[in-house]
Amino acid sequence: MQSTLCILIAEDSPADRMLLATIVGRQGYRVLTAGNGLEAIMIFARERPHMVLMDALMPVMDGFEAARRIKQMAGEELVPIIFLTSLTESEALVQCLEVGGDDFIAKPYNSVILDAKIKAMDRLRRLQATVLEQRDLIARHNEHLLNEQRVAKAVFDKVAHSGCLNAPNIRYLQSPYALFNGDLLLAAFKPSGGMHVLLGDFTGHGLPAAIGAMPLAEVFYSMTAKGYSLAEILREMNAKLKRILPVGVFCCAVMLNLSFQRRVVEVWNGGLPDGYLRRGSSGERIPLRSRHLPLGILDASCFDDRYEIYPMEAGDRIFLLSDGVLEACNLGGESFGEERLLKVFDLNRQPDLLFGEIQQALSDFRGEAQDDVSLIEVSLMEEGQLPHSPLIFSDTGQNSPLDWSISFEFRAETLKRFNPLPYLLQLLLEVQELRVQGSVLYTVLAELYSNALEHGVMGLDSSLKRDAQGFAEYYRERRTRLANLSDGYVRFHLDLRPEGEGGRLSIRVEDSGPGFDVQRMLERHASAEHLSGRGLRLVRQLADCCSWAPDGRSVCVEFSWPARHNPTDRPLVQE
Amino acid sequence: MAITSQPSADGQELTIFIQGRFDFGAHQEFRDAYERVNITPKRYVVDLQGATYLDSSALGMLLLLRDHAGGERAQIRLIHCSPDVRKILSISNFEQLFHIA
Repeated sequence: MQSTLCILIAEDSPADRMLLATIVGRQGYRVLTAGNGLEAIMIFARERPHMVLMDALMPVMDGFEAARRIKQMAGEELVPIIFLTSLTESEALVQCLEVGGDDFIAKPYNSVILDAKIKAMDRLRRLQATVLEQRDLIARHNEHLLNEQRVAKAVFDKVAHSGCLNAPNIRYLQSPYALFNGDLLLAAFKPSGGMHVLLGDFTGHGLPAAIGAMPLAEVFYSMTAKGYSLAEILREMNAKLKRILPVGVFCCAVMLNLSFQRRVVEVWNGGLPDGYLRRGSSGERIPLRSRHLPLGILDASCFDDRYEIYPMEAGDRIFLLSDGVLEACNLGGESFGEERLLKVFDLNRQPDLLFGEIQQALSDFRGEAQDDVSLIEVSLMEEGQLPHSPLIFSDTGQNSPLDWSISFEFRAETLKRFNPLPYLLQLLLEVQELRVQGSVLYTVLAELYSNALEHGVMGLDSSLKRDAQGFAEYYRERRTRLANLSDGYVRFHLDLRPEGEGGRLSIRVEDSGPGFDVQRMLERHASAEHLSGRGLRLVRQLADCCSWAPDGRSVCVEFSWPARHNPTDRPLVQE
Repeated sequence: MAITSQPSADGQELTIFIQGRFDFGAHQEFRDAYERVNITPKRYVVDLQGATYLDSSALGMLLLLRDHAGGERAQIRLIHCSPDVRKILSISNFEQLFHIA
């Protein structure tokens, strides 16, 4: 509530003082009076009047000095001071304003003008008070907001950086403010030892972007750890974002699935600029184009999870970038652009230095470091260089059943659109003793399954994959045949038995194919360095025992382990 | 930034004209351009002739318009796209959602 305006009158002449007090009091204002400047500042300090009518010339302390001190005491608050003066020299009038006075009124007083001036000054005073109040409010809100962002960033950093961005085959550049320009960089090992990598760019900035990033990262990490495929993870991320984000907010993203054993990379790009696969041997540059809408726009039923597959060799590198790299501006307002980026690629002589050269070109171009770029380089690692990272479990169940068997038959319609591996793995990992071998089990199951499906059920010839072109042909053919699959099956027989103090798992995988000449295939794969054939070699290395049925239609692998109270960590990859 | 809209004579089509930078700053104006009209058009046209710049927030706004205009059933044409604008639309594969000319 607006309290009655309180006005201090400082005037040394008792008659004038009384006259003025009467005029002002009659307007309905509360009046305080002082006989000189010193008294005025004392009363001001005690009573904090809203406004001062100040005689210029007074004994003890004149009005100029008193005005100066009152303004000082008032600080940011506006306490209007109107000088009362019989002075006429303009120099003296100017001095009234210079010491901080806001206006002056000449004696003798005209009560109408006096009242109008008081009202005008009161308006100014209240305006200033409002401005100060709003300024403080904004400052408080801003502080609050910054604090929220700090907390959000701290939480987000934990989510976003629990992956393997520090793996030796990754280099990346990401601004410290990445969260607030919507960029997101995720990488995680798969149970099979390969790696998933995601570069995302949310529409918008700040908290709205961070809010979408959290569930995206969670889906990415948890599904990767459970052995889901690129396509399945993309579908889930899209569906989740579509469900939780408001219309108009989405995430442009590139996702990679690198398989170090099979030496291939799968690429899905929805809405980010071209990434590049750069061949180490020839310097050839394969653009990784955006062929999809970003994540979070399409309904699950329309989502397109088709990806491209490329063979990859040691020395090949993949570069992914957010549009901030191409849009980075120099002082002239020119943007960095694709052409400049490609020129850096062309001029590069030592592949190892390329990432640094791109960084250098960017910072040379921009002059000073700006903060909205994300850039990542991923290369292939040799088998065995990477640890098979142990899977993470939330429970530490002590008792697990050890004497059971189970069989599955997955038929054509299911093979087309369902990946049984995460389910089989989950089932096996219920067995406490098998958990230390989770990634090995996954790799073996994955190899056996793809062999049964591709060569057995679909009859694909892996010798197609001898060069890059045949490789592309192989995967095109695989997609076509899978889409048209109408019969056939893959069967899994899992059998667990206690054995002494420990146990033994045998996995038999059977398919509906015509079978193959086991002996010939093993001989061929033993010698040739093909793009194919690595899988079976790997299975034989990883399992304790591995044998084919003579008709080439089923394969059996075994894993055994010693007593449970003395679990030995067997080496994860045996060379 | 100035965004204006103009209904066709028969009230079946609404054309939204974008001038200058089409980014987050245009959010409210863009919404007003199709929400504060007295007609219920069957078709929408977004005229980007005057648009000098378009960012991902603008793409988001186009999705909002699409949602407003009926989602899957929406009929929206984006016309007079400069090569730069076209490139951004094509990287995002927005031709799957809009008619682009």
